[in-house]
Amino acid sequence: MHSDRKRASAFLPSLQHVRVVLVPTRDIYTVGAAAAVLALIPAVMATDILDGPALPDFTILKRLARDQLIYLLEQLPGKKDLIIEPDLMSPLDRIANVSILKQHDVDKLYKLENKPIYSNNDQLCFLIRPRISHMKYIANLVNTDKRSDRNRKYKIIFSPQKFHTCDMILEQEGIFGDVTCDEWSFYLLPLDDDIISMELPEFYRDYFLEGDQRWIGTVAKALHLLNSIFGPMSKSYGIGRCAKMVYEVWKELLDEDESDRTERRPDLGVAFIIDRDVDYVTPLCSQVVYEGLVDDIFRIKCGSVEFGPEVTSSEKSIKVLLNSQDKVFQEIRNEHFSNVFSFLSQKARNLQSHYDKRREMDINQMKSFVSQELKGLKQEHRLLSLHIGACESIMKKKTKQDFQDLLKTEHSLLEGFDIRESITSIEEHINRQVSPTESLRLLCLLSITENGLITKDYRSLKTQYLQSYGPAHLLTFSNLKRTGLLIEQVPGETLTAVESKMSKLVTDKAAGKLTDAFSSLAKKSHFRGISKKLGLIPRIDGEYDLKTPRDMAYVFSGAYIPLSCKVIEQVLQRKSWMGLEEVTRLLNGNEFSVQLSDNTANSDSQRTILIVFLGGCTFSEIAALRFLGKEKGYKFIFLTTSIMNSTRMLESLAETKT
Amino acid sequence: MDFYTADWYPLGLGNAYYRKFDLYKMEWKLREDLKDCLVAVGPYGGSIALMKDLSKDKPSSSRPTLEIYSASGIRLSSIPWKSGHVVYLGWTVTEDLLCIQEDGTVLIYDVFCEFKRHFSLGNEVKQNQVVEAKVFHSEYRTGIAILTRALTFTLTSSIEELKLRRMPEITGSKVQPSCWTVLFQDRVTLVLAAVGKDLYLLDNTTCSVLTLPGMSPMAGAYLDMCVSFNYKHIALFTDTGYMWMGKTSLKEKVCEFTSGVRTAPKQMAWCIRPYSKHVAVAVMWDKVLLVAGKAEEGISFHLDEPSIMVPELDGVRIISPSTHEFLHEIPKATEEIFKIASMAPGALLLVAQKEYEKESQKADDYLREIKEQNLLSLAVEQCIEAAGYEHTPEMQKSLLRGNLQLSREHEDQGDRLKAASFGKCFLDKYSPSDFVVMCHDLRVLNAIKDYQIGIPLSITQYKQLTVQVLLDRLVLRRLYPLAVKICEYLKLSDFQGVSRVLAHWACYKVQQKEKSDEVVAQAINQKLGDTPGISYSEIASKACDCGRTELAIKLLEYESKSEDQVPLLLKMKRSNLALSKSIESGDTDLVYTVVSYMKYEFNRGDFFMTLQNHPTALSLYRQFCKHQEPETLKDLYNQDDNHQELGNYFVRSSYSSEKRVEGRVAELQNAADEYNKAKNELAAKATEDQIKLLRVQRKLQDELDKPYLDYSLHDTVYNLLLDGMLKKAEQLYKDFKIPDKRYWWLKISALAEKEDWEELEKFSKTKKSAVGYLPFVEICMKHHNKLEAKKYVARVNPEQRVKALLLIGDLDQAAEAAIEHKNDNEMNMVLSKCSSISDNVTAEKINRARAQILKK
Repeated sequence: MHSDRKRASAFLPSLQHVRVVLVPTRDIYTVGAAAAVLALIPAVMATDILDGPALPDFTILKRLARDQLIYLLEQLPGKKDLIIEPDLMSPLDRIANVSILKQHDVDKLYKLENKPIYSNNDQLCFLIRPRISHMKYIANLVNTDKRSDRNRKYKIIFSPQKFHTCDMILEQEGIFGDVTCDEWSFYLLPLDDDIISMELPEFYRDYFLEGDQRWIGTVAKALHLLNSIFGPMSKSYGIGRCAKMVYEVWKELLDEDESDRTERRPDLGVAFIIDRDVDYVTPLCSQVVYEGLVDDIFRIKCGSVEFGPEVTSSEKSIKVLLNSQDKVFQEIRNEHFSNVFSFLSQKARNLQSHYDKRREMDINQMKSFVSQELKGLKQEHRLLSLHIGACESIMKKKTKQDFQDLLKTEHSLLEGFDIRESITSIEEHINRQVSPTESLRLLCLLSITENGLITKDYRSLKTQYLQSYGPAHLLTFSNLKRTGLLIEQVPGETLTAVESKMSKLVTDKAAGKLTDAFSSLAKKSHFRGISKKLGLIPRIDGEYDLKTPRDMAYVFSGAYIPLSCKVIEQVLQRKSWMGLEEVTRLLNGNEFSVQLSDNTANSDSQRTILIVFLGGCTFSEIAALRFLGKEKGYKFIFLTTSIMNSTRMLESLAETKT
Repeated sequence: MDFYTADWYPLGLGNAYYRKFDLYKMEWKLREDLKDCLVAVGPYGGSIALMKDLSKDKPSSSRPTLEIYSASGIRLSSIPWKSGHVVYLGWTVTEDLLCIQEDGTVLIYDVFCEFKRHFSLGNEVKQNQVVEAKVFHSEYRTGIAILTRALTFTLTSSIEELKLRRMPEITGSKVQPSCWTVLFQDRVTLVLAAVGKDLYLLDNTTCSVLTLPGMSPMAGAYLDMCVSFNYKHIALFTDTGYMWMGKTSLKEKVCEFTSGVRTAPKQMAWCIRPYSKHVAVAVMWDKVLLVAGKAEEGISFHLDEPSIMVPELDGVRIISPSTHEFLHEIPKATEEIFKIASMAPGALLLVAQKEYEKESQKADDYLREIKEQNLLSLAVEQCIEAAGYEHTPEMQKSLLRGNLQLSREHEDQGDRLKAASFGKCFLDKYSPSDFVVMCHDLRVLNAIKDYQIGIPLSITQYKQLTVQVLLDRLVLRRLYPLAVKICEYLKLSDFQGVSRVLAHWACYKVQQKEKSDEVVAQAINQKLGDTPGISYSEIASKACDCGRTELAIKLLEYESKSEDQVPLLLKMKRSNLALSKSIESGDTDLVYTVVSYMKYEFNRGDFFMTLQNHPTALSLYRQFCKHQEPETLKDLYNQDDNHQELGNYFVRSSYSSEKRVEGRVAELQNAADEYNKAKNELAAKATEDQIKLLRVQRKLQDELDKPYLDYSLHDTVYNLLLDGMLKKAEQLYKDFKIPDKRYWWLKISALAEKEDWEELEKFSKTKKSAVGYLPFVEICMKHHNKLEAKKYVARVNPEQRVKALLLIGDLDQAAEAAIEHKNDNEMNMVLSKCSSISDNVTAEKINRARAQILKK
């Protein structure tokens, strides 16, 4: 307990550190005193030490997807209206914009909803994910046309594939013969140089809540596609039940496809597949690296974000693509928020001095300045002011006492001290209706780190939550229980068969004692055990230097190293799961490590590692691994079913009125 | 060698030579005379089917036997004929035997006399009865033409897609045609029939009388006619011994011939070779075989025994009880090499080779001669081609050896040849592939020609038939080992070759009922292993068709593709196994396939039970039901006594499908009942509270005419407070046992929002605050009311006082308090707020205090 105390006071300075940096908000545009006070640009930002191998070029994936879509559209010759489901709109925009669609005879674009479409076109083309609800919307449209004797051609393009259920619905609704179906095998959307998203946010709920394995084959196919373009990969590690299934299906695809064993120089060497439920703690923590914060606050959608008037300091919102093309963003995305501001002010100052150069210029110099530099400077200026605006907006929200308290609670939960105090503050959070998802997030974090809530707390917190947000959330709680995110400790149940056998063997009195021993054993948290084994809570001697971080914990202000990333680091370091037996046991096993091919000659590819997150990954994890990559000379490529954060995760589990 | 051309017979002046040679001495011991039998011989060296012709014999008591022999006379199979009176036997293109009965029924057997299927040629044929029938072949199809007793023709161009075509009647004739045949013109099937001196051409609609161009008017009545193998030529024979030979267009005469014999021939058959300019027809009587063509004189052969002729692509097979012969036109290449005193390059090369073998230097002379004419490559080509036409391996070798040796000479003795001033060897440009291919082909042909196999194919026929079809035929004959050997020898891809043969073998194997499932399955797996291209599911499907379900299941175990396993398992009604397999595969589509099958096949109870045992399938089906069949979902939970989920189900429907308050209450009541059954008191309590709340809300809504429904308890109370219904709020607080803390928060926030500061102060004094007094300060400040905030600062407990003072912006006091507490954290907090110059005094004060603390 004593050491815990020390830690508590130890990380306060780091919080304070955040605050000190963040105070001078006003002066940023004039680059005045504030910036002068601030430190120079941190070393890590300025230089890329220990560069890993070059990244493979994933834009080919976009081209493939676009070509196939165009082909599919041309299969329905003539003018047609395209009806797109909302979730596919952003991804589609990244693949083929409206003008490309128009070039291929798409007349009007509609959003697929449960309401009639007023289209005069004789050909309707639907572009959807294979979901039951969409099939019903389409069936309604077709049947309405039928009733009014309207004769049209209908084509449904499923992305990335059609499921048998879709056919079942078409049959049940009696329109099987009226539509033609096609598949757009668009599995992979490169969001950035190193991030590929499958844009399947429903993967998380479907698999981890409903136990629906429908997407496993899809992921396997996606992996296979990557492997056939950028592989052959030589090794695969993984952990989690889903990861194992994905691997097995992928293996089958590999075996079937023997023909393609060309001696190509692979770009990708290793695949690491990990289930989201291996590490629930990380996505439940508040994100404090810049990209994560932007995602938490403004919601990054398919690699772009819409900054509202409070950021742009004008009337309108601006949509910005957030990726490595944005040079300003590229430099701050992985930084702890406390560093971002100082960086931006330095940047602003540099920019100003660039502009200032004009004053001493003669005509010719001015000419070349205008033609060469000005455009770049203006672009940089635009981006810089946007990010500064975003920062200010974030600070308004995050520097309040509330947020500080929240972080404090989170860190206490992670370290496992002052639990009662944390519960009280969560209770207050609920009672004051601060935010339904934030409260749930804290509840889940509490449950996960403590391996379940004791009955008394569970009941009182749940009742209070229902009083605050309505009884429909009974179902939310039921969902959270099923995923294991928020559970009640039931001593009788956790002690299973061992105990009952034991009690038969020994006398009643002894059995009672044993039971006690067992229950205390059962209460011992897995997270605590894992955290201890892997050293997830860094020892703090003095202040954690967020400017020159020494480990991945910097993504959570030095308080916690993301479990998922630590596991990855350990396995890559050991090149196997050897020595991690205890950890994998606590993580419910299902780990594997297999040699796919003996193509190990190319050491560059061996250091290019594809991390596959089944159920989504957070920007914090990406930042942490990018950091690890720089330290150890790896290049990580992230393949995720979607970009995840706590809000998305909990919203997907919440039952809301429809 | 000198006698090589001894059996060549010239026909006419066109340099056409014909020869007849033995293919086999027949192995069979025929019980009946060939002429008393119905005989059918398949094209391309096909098998011979025999059955005693009952119409020739007086009705006999004994049943006839259907026998099938290979071309070498080895009996493949036989069965006693138990069906009706057979009029005609014929083979299809796929080597099935068609037995056409008098009543128009057609029975189909394979080469092992195993019955495959039957079909009827229609009622009219049945009534009128079949007099004569003919089986004819077009590309990939086999057709049947029937002449009935009513003198009408009925035909179908394909026995696979049976479309019966009744041809128009022959106008004004009541006599049975003396002869008739089937023709094709522009892909239309026609019948040409002769009645006396008249020819009638029947197409789909009309019957037209026809006169052949160049036909002698004195020719007399037609006795017989025949169409060539490729349906391009036709020959007619009249009772004056006159023969007209022409194209099947019937508009072009090729030649005519007059024979000394005027009786009707037993059989006629065209003997031509593809791409040859010569034509000839073999006409057979009891003792004589005449080859007639563009010549004054035909070639006649004496026949010792009654025989039958089988037209082939490049000749005629002649089968007698003791021999099996082949009559054909000598091919050009052979003719040029072997013709007496031939100076063709091939001939010279052959001589050179002979001399070389004798180690005579004449070899060199001959070679030089060929070389000088620059014809050596032609010579090689000729020899290779001619080797193909030879039927004895010795002769083949002899022709090929010349080549081979020259090739060798080129390789090994190239230097010597050079020294002998041959100059650069001609073989430089020669690619050995033709030679190799010919060797391969001959090896295959010799192998299948063996007595034991008995498929006498000529190279021309073999090229036309293709290896694939030959393999199929071997497979049909169950000659699996030979087929596999050939595949391996010819290095065919697994997919086309070995795998296919093995799959067929396996399909045959599963039909061997005498062997146990275990043995068969093992034998098959042992042989097939993981050979690529093998589909175990197809074999299993065959086993299933044979009624061997258990074997099929065993075989399916070897199938690696689940998507192939599952449909068959369903077909065999092994849905449980299918379900497990589909789940194992990880392919949800497969699972759905099985689930939707089971849904219709099983009764509901069993269906649900099965699902309960397969959680993956269950959760999939639940997903489906949630959207498509909510009622089923309820039944599923009911079946399983899953009260918890049932409770959830009712809760969901209380707000998603029900709109009326009563309905929602009823659903919630159901939910509460289920939760109680599930011993989930917490949920039951929550649901009951919700019922209570709904009722209260409805009342409020009616009374206040404001939307209260769908608010949470918190929001309800909050709104009541905003609406100034303090009593009502108090009532709910008591009724629903709202925790004190919550109620205090709630009330403070609501009153502040209302800016009812008076009431707030009153409330603060009612009793001790459950949340302390800092929230009062906070809430006032939130609404920018510093004055009110200050009222509460004094009541804030000491630990939070610094915070409170900072909130109202009283830095000085805050600093005092912090220093008093000697709390470093608090001091930091105050310091951090000191930003303007006016705060310097305070900051200094704290720093001083700190220093003092440190000193101690």
